[in-house]
Amino acid sequence: MQIKQSALAGTLESSDVQIMLSPAKQGIQFDLVSDVAKQFGDQIKATVLAVLAAYDIDQVTVKVVDKGALDPVIKARAITACQRALAIADQPQWEVL
Amino acid sequence: MPAADERLRRTMMFVPGNNPGLIKDAGIFGADSIMFDLEDAVSLAEKDSARYLVYEALQALDFGQAELVVRINGLDTPFYENDIKAMVKAGIDVIRLPKTESAEMIRTLEDLVLTAEKEFGRPVGSTHLMAAIESAKGVVNANEIAAASERMIGIALSAEDYTTDMKTHRYPDGQELLYARNVILHAARAAGVAAFDTVFTDLDDEEGFIRETKLIHQLGYDGKSIINPRQIPLVNAVYQPSEQEILNAQNVLAAIEAAKQKGSGVIALNGQMVDRPVALRAERVMKLATANHLLDAEGNYVGE
Repeated sequence: MQIKQSALAGTLESSDVQIMLSPAKQGIQFDLVSDVAKQFGDQIKATVLAVLAAYDIDQVTVKVVDKGALDPVIKARAITACQRALAIADQPQWEVL
Repeated sequence: MPAADERLRRTMMFVPGNNPGLIKDAGIFGADSIMFDLEDAVSLAEKDSARYLVYEALQALDFGQAELVVRINGLDTPFYENDIKAMVKAGIDVIRLPKTESAEMIRTLEDLVLTAEKEFGRPVGSTHLMAAIESAKGVVNANEIAAASERMIGIALSAEDYTTDMKTHRYPDGQELLYARNVILHAARAAGVAAFDTVFTDLDDEEGFIRETKLIHQLGYDGKSIINPRQIPLVNAVYQPSEQEILNAQNVLAAIEAAKQKGSGVIALNGQMVDRPVALRAERVMKLATANHLLDAEGNYVGE
């Protein structure tokens, strides 16, 4: 599924992560910027992709700027970005949480 | 009358709901209660992200022994119902309703909480409630608010909005809050719930903070709302019992135990009768002493 609009969630403050989703024609392009990419890059990517999968989003460009966020923070920001990108920010998908 | 198993609530630390750095560390400062704020600390554009952030943090992070509270957005906002659902699903200990003005508002909240508990398979009754009183109307209705639901654990004075409603502002001596503080405290005690005092926002005025904390401790408040972890040891120090108080409490509890073993109904200590209020006070002193690490494993006083 494609997203309806570009969306941004999270900040560039320490312990946070900023996730930007923008529409793409084909597949998921994933770009990660993180000081701990070497140690945690795979895990960060897995967390974001799992949330995208829960929303059935498979055509999207994902840009992640990590500032040392813990896993629940990454998950929360990914959920927020997906909800906003699908224009359902006010209708939480409870089964995804 | 306070129950013997009532928990200590000396400090309720406010944590902005959209700040991962503050949320992840919230458990390490020893606050008795941690209150994640979805309301005033979060801008309108970030209400959704704060809700998910607090939800995921509650699922995954360890906040130790602290009681976990969330301040949801008010009844008159579009965020209210989703906040309730998300926090009930997350298994929060307590939902704090801001700007409470009537028992009706608590009952509306209670109905939605019950529906959410059923929807998400949470044990019915496991989500507790508390009310922040922030207006003249709230103070006038404090009694019915405090007693509005079996789920209520406390009521809190929120002085910034209250003083604005009263056409005044906060003064260093707190005279403008005297009536509200006493009304809220009495409503809480009559209903058997906790009373929380308002925040003290000037972090540079440590002397003023201690003075205000001593005042609310003297009145009988359970504790104070705080906005910075630096304020936690200051509050705990005010609530810390003296060595003499601890020794007295230990003697009282020992006398009760001795009387129990002898099968004696009347308990006396140094020629004075030990009745229920004395026993309850002794139990609270011992709880405070333990929380302040003033006792060793055998119960001996190890303070300075």
